[in-house]
Amino acid sequence: MKNSGKLLSVSLAGLALPALAEAQTIDSGDTAWLMTATALVLFMTLPGLALFYGGLVRSKNVLSVLMQCFAICCVISILWLVVGYSMAFSDTAAAGLVGNLSKAFLAGVGVDTASGSIPESVFVMFQLTFAIITPALIVGGFAERMRFSAMLLFSVGWAIVVYFPVAHWVWAADGWLLERGFRDFAGGAVVHVNAGVGALVAALVLRNRRGFPDEAMPPHNLTMTVAGASMLWVGWFGFNGGSALVSGGAAGMAILVTHISAAAGSLAWMGMEWARFGKPSVLGIVTGMVAGLGTITPASGFVGPVGALIIGLSAGVVCFLATQFIKRKLKIDDSLDVFPVHGVGGFLGLLLTAVFSVWAGGVVPFADDQTMGGQFLVQLTGAVATVAWCAIGTFVVLKLIGFVVPLRVDEDDERQGLDLAQHEERGYIL
Amino acid sequence: MKLITAVVKPFRLEDVRNALAEVGVQGMTVTEVKGFGRQRGHTELYRGAEYVVDFLPKVKIDVAVTDELAERVVEAIIEAAKTGKVGDGKIFVSNLDQVYRIRTGETGDQAI
Repeated sequence: MKNSGKLLSVSLAGLALPALAEAQTIDSGDTAWLMTATALVLFMTLPGLALFYGGLVRSKNVLSVLMQCFAICCVISILWLVVGYSMAFSDTAAAGLVGNLSKAFLAGVGVDTASGSIPESVFVMFQLTFAIITPALIVGGFAERMRFSAMLLFSVGWAIVVYFPVAHWVWAADGWLLERGFRDFAGGAVVHVNAGVGALVAALVLRNRRGFPDEAMPPHNLTMTVAGASMLWVGWFGFNGGSALVSGGAAGMAILVTHISAAAGSLAWMGMEWARFGKPSVLGIVTGMVAGLGTITPASGFVGPVGALIIGLSAGVVCFLATQFIKRKLKIDDSLDVFPVHGVGGFLGLLLTAVFSVWAGGVVPFADDQTMGGQFLVQLTGAVATVAWCAIGTFVVLKLIGFVVPLRVDEDDERQGLDLAQHEERGYIL
Repeated sequence: MKLITAVVKPFRLEDVRNALAEVGVQGMTVTEVKGFGRQRGHTELYRGAEYVVDFLPKVKIDVAVTDELAERVVEAIIEAAKTGKVGDGKIFVSNLDQVYRIRTGETGDQAI
């Protein structure tokens, strides 16, 4: 294995490496943990995110959200097999921008093929769960008005144009951002900034729900939302802890800092609400939790517990203010606040990664020739590049699909609710 | 015969029911409704999106009574449902043209 200073610090952080030519011993401890983490992350989507989002929409649309999450899981899984894994993790086809098709249909991935100290099959599955949850997050931006057929096409197109390339930039060994020392441990850019920007663009292209913002559209079932949020917290241990790709101190510390950031983010958001509106709310505390978790995601392998505390508190405050701005000031109907929570949070987390890799007990120092300022610039570059590529890609994919099938349901269907109109089912027959 | 419709606060339902039994009313129909008169609603806030909820949950009780009993029934309902605070509700008394008992076909006062 090549040991340039950068690659060494990268491998210490346990970032993704492609399957290597030399024989690697598969470690059963690492493998067991990664298989568990895979299950935890899939659980975050099904049913975690599905329930979280499901409770936030009106009852006439609850099934549409569950259906979208479920269908995305299925479609992306097949796509991953066919081209996704190859585009994300094979050797580069073009200047570190996207992989080639050498691993299409998972060619070469056998029972005993290794990826680091785990079987490649496990690495494929683990990474797949990230590829699933990212477009599932975008559902929040177009909830309650997107046509199901258009949504399926969008998820496929978006994954190909945006997710697979960005994953390659950040996590493939020859990805152009990784080569510059970009630090995104578990997907601040790949998952959260991507999902946030994707949702924002989708919300703008599809335009607001009929009746927004004057008509009341409160969450129909916050008990469902809190149940889903709780699953996200627990599942995130797999999301960040599993991104160490080994079982041991790196994973353990990642889980610890993840947890602290979740708690801090929850309290910070709750505090903001209490001060601003006079009452703490349950929706606020769980949203603060998500903000804290999204923001710590890129930093989780690099920072220490005190750094995580500061990151979590910042996330709660910043994402709260961002949500108020988007919702009340700009009146953009990013229905489930994906951009201010995941987009802004992920972006913030990427920048804070540079700071807290050093301050407050950072656990992975930079390469010898790198300074905090220099790393900050690298983080900013990656974050901005992700925003730009995602915004353009999302817009183009939506517009192209719009030529094939209308993106939105028609007005009557929207009024009736997507469950009946798109699926001929009712969520609750009480 | 009179149809007496009372819209009252939900937590008063049991008291009204007992009071009606005491004056001799055998049956009633209860519906859950929403409404407002002079009582203010409340606001709800979800991630900064504020909603004013005007409609308050109430309970509607319908009883059919003979003309002789009507006044006592109204008094009983008022006494049982009243809290003294705004939102206590209203009672509507209307004339009933005819009443039938489905099982037996009885009509009029026999059917009440």
